[in-house]
Amino acid sequence: MKPFVKTTALATSLCVAALAAAAQEYPSQPVDYIIPYNPGGESDVTARFQEQFWRDVTGEDVVISYRPGAGGATAWASLGGFDPDGYTIMNVNFPHAILQPSIRDVGYQTEDVIPAYIFHYTPDAIVVRADSPYQTLQDLIDFANENPGALTFGGSGTNSANHLAAVRFGQMADVQVTYVPFGGSAPAMAAVLGGQIGAGMTYTTQGVRAGEQVRVLAIATEERLDIFPDVPTFTELGFDYVAGAYRGVTVPRDTPDAVRQQLSDIIAEINDIPEFGAQMEENGYVLVDVPHSEMADWIAARQADYAPGIEILRGN
Amino acid sequence: MLGALAAALSLENLLLALLGVIGGTIIGALPGLSATMAVAVLVPFTFTMDPSSGLIVLGAIYTGAIYGGAYSAILVNTPGTPAAIATSMDGFPMARRGDGDLAVTLSCLGSVVGGTVGALALLFLAPPLSQIALSFGPVEYFWLAIFGLSLIATLSRGATLLGLIGGAIGLILSCVGSAVVGGDVRYTFGQTSLLGGIPVIPALIGLYCVPVLIDMVIRPEAHLERRAETVRGFRFREAFGLMRRSKFNVIRSALIGTGVGIVPAAGGSVAGLVAYSEARRTARVPEAFGDGAPDGVIASEAANSATVGGGFVPTLVLGIPGTPPDAIILGALLVQGIRTGPQLFTQQADIVFTFTFGLLIATLLMLPTGLIIGRYAFRLIVSVPKTALAPAIAFLTVVGAFAIEANTFHVAIMVALGIFGWLVARIGLEPSPIVLGLILGPIAEAGFVQGWLIGGASGNRLGMFFGQPISIGIIAMTAITLASSGVFKRAVSQGNPE
Repeated sequence: MKPFVKTTALATSLCVAALAAAAQEYPSQPVDYIIPYNPGGESDVTARFQEQFWRDVTGEDVVISYRPGAGGATAWASLGGFDPDGYTIMNVNFPHAILQPSIRDVGYQTEDVIPAYIFHYTPDAIVVRADSPYQTLQDLIDFANENPGALTFGGSGTNSANHLAAVRFGQMADVQVTYVPFGGSAPAMAAVLGGQIGAGMTYTTQGVRAGEQVRVLAIATEERLDIFPDVPTFTELGFDYVAGAYRGVTVPRDTPDAVRQQLSDIIAEINDIPEFGAQMEENGYVLVDVPHSEMADWIAARQADYAPGIEILRGN
Repeated sequence: MLGALAAALSLENLLLALLGVIGGTIIGALPGLSATMAVAVLVPFTFTMDPSSGLIVLGAIYTGAIYGGAYSAILVNTPGTPAAIATSMDGFPMARRGDGDLAVTLSCLGSVVGGTVGALALLFLAPPLSQIALSFGPVEYFWLAIFGLSLIATLSRGATLLGLIGGAIGLILSCVGSAVVGGDVRYTFGQTSLLGGIPVIPALIGLYCVPVLIDMVIRPEAHLERRAETVRGFRFREAFGLMRRSKFNVIRSALIGTGVGIVPAAGGSVAGLVAYSEARRTARVPEAFGDGAPDGVIASEAANSATVGGGFVPTLVLGIPGTPPDAIILGALLVQGIRTGPQLFTQQADIVFTFTFGLLIATLLMLPTGLIIGRYAFRLIVSVPKTALAPAIAFLTVVGAFAIEANTFHVAIMVALGIFGWLVARIGLEPSPIVLGLILGPIAEAGFVQGWLIGGASGNRLGMFFGQPISIGIIAMTAITLASSGVFKRAVSQGNPE
């Protein structure tokens, strides 16, 4: 009789477990993943990387769509209109989502787009054309010192990560530079490659994409990156500067904590897949893991970090 | 390279190219469903495929969709994609007088030639041609946009003042939302949904398609006349004869398309319009343009299909996408572990060449598929009664406007601009200048402000805008276009246009 009892007990407990799982099974249907930018940029590419593994991790599909406009603000302002059930998720970028609402009325507040997980960042990088006279960051700073305002930095958008980076670099190196905003990272890099712009204030990813056509002068990471073994960090060059564009996945503000936590676990699990990590790193992305539980502290730290730069951008 | 050709000719890849072209053509033919969307939806399916096969499908869909836009342009006067704007200008008048089948066949032949020229340029000349893309800086974009706007003078056929008013309306619409450069928020009237600006595709559907629908409902006559009761087939021989007589037009348009495609951000709409305007300028009877000149359809279609191959040049060589569909395909490339850049043509040449041959094969497959699908599309539009046609198209416009971003606001924009377009058409204002202003306004603005900033940094704004060879060339082209369109003459005798 004993084996029978044992089997029954086991079966029952399995059933209960299955039922409990079904009650909070997330996701149990395909998830819409909205990218607030045009396709082909960093937000799209990283979401596409995740998409490959999403089904393996969750058993459901993820459907990527684009809602570009106003440097991301169009999508983030629309987030509140979706059902807070975790089936519409959205890519969200920092510092953008802190800068935009603190400078203008853009239809949303930072609190409306708090991510469930921050999964990577693209470190800031100063990039010049391969035949540029600037061999090192110091060359570039010297030129800017001798010719105030004559050095042009091309970057993606106004009040964006690149814009803030240009402003902060000007402060740190005590030089006057002219920031020229473009409609995305790709057109900004085109202007660098075409020689219309002195240097790109962009991301490591763009340095990877342009390959041998460019020289990366410095990157804003804590340690050197394997893909750029010869490129110094700003820290090595005497600037206390680690920054970039942090990307996360967010849901409407009223989404229950349980769903946020489950989404956070899914993104964490994808981040842990070695194949995913390798793909990200090869392309210049740096994985970070800020889960739901640590998000409030992380946002507060970012806000404090960006505050001085925001003051300057506001004055512009 | 021969190995790549063999790989592209494998049964699997041929089948994928065929399916891609058929699917793309149908999607492109439906108003509002664009190449960008078709490619975006299908990207995940290519992850599990072999890299070159996946790219062949995407390239084939893209090619097919750009071509498919011609059907709705010709048969319903609604460009299915912005690239087909110029196609509608003579395609629809042709359909009106009963030559819709001929126009469809011509558009197919033009697209095949244009697509082939573009793909061959990509195959043989991509690395050197990519340098053209790099020589276009902010100032060159500014002048290119001004040149595009000057085409309004050619397109408005005598009614210059109305054309200018339309262009100005388009420019004002393009200012709505947050500026790319500077981030200033303009004309949103407190509506956050307007922050992103007036979306081009919903505006396009609204301005072109809704007036057609309203006319369908309020006018008693059939949408398209059925001229002959007998089945006339493809009218292939007739179309082929027209193509042979216009061989210079075909080749010139294909080269213009390839060139414009290489310059990122310009795209199919500009290519089609420039080729159209050149065809008109050099035609023996320029007055026939706009009233159903076959050369207009040929020029536009040859040019916009050539932008497909041209657009892949900067995408693959520089990692800078030429058009929105290119950008999605670029993302798919990165997922497949392919590194774009000049080294792609040496280190991963097999994939690139297989893809390019696939694109070429897809373009050639467009000939049979395009002709057959076109014939059914024509018969469908001609034989379906208006009472069924109007609601069906109306439904598609709503779906199309909504589907781009699953955004009901876009449907509202489409309807509002549609009613506006119908009203202003009463006084002779055409949709093309408005759409041209809407598309080119942001390019001109961003180019001007960026050029101004860069010029200011170097202390030579005048030299920045007027001192560089490409800029001077574009300014000269603009002057020639304006002079030959007779805009100066007609501006004086505005009282009696034509």
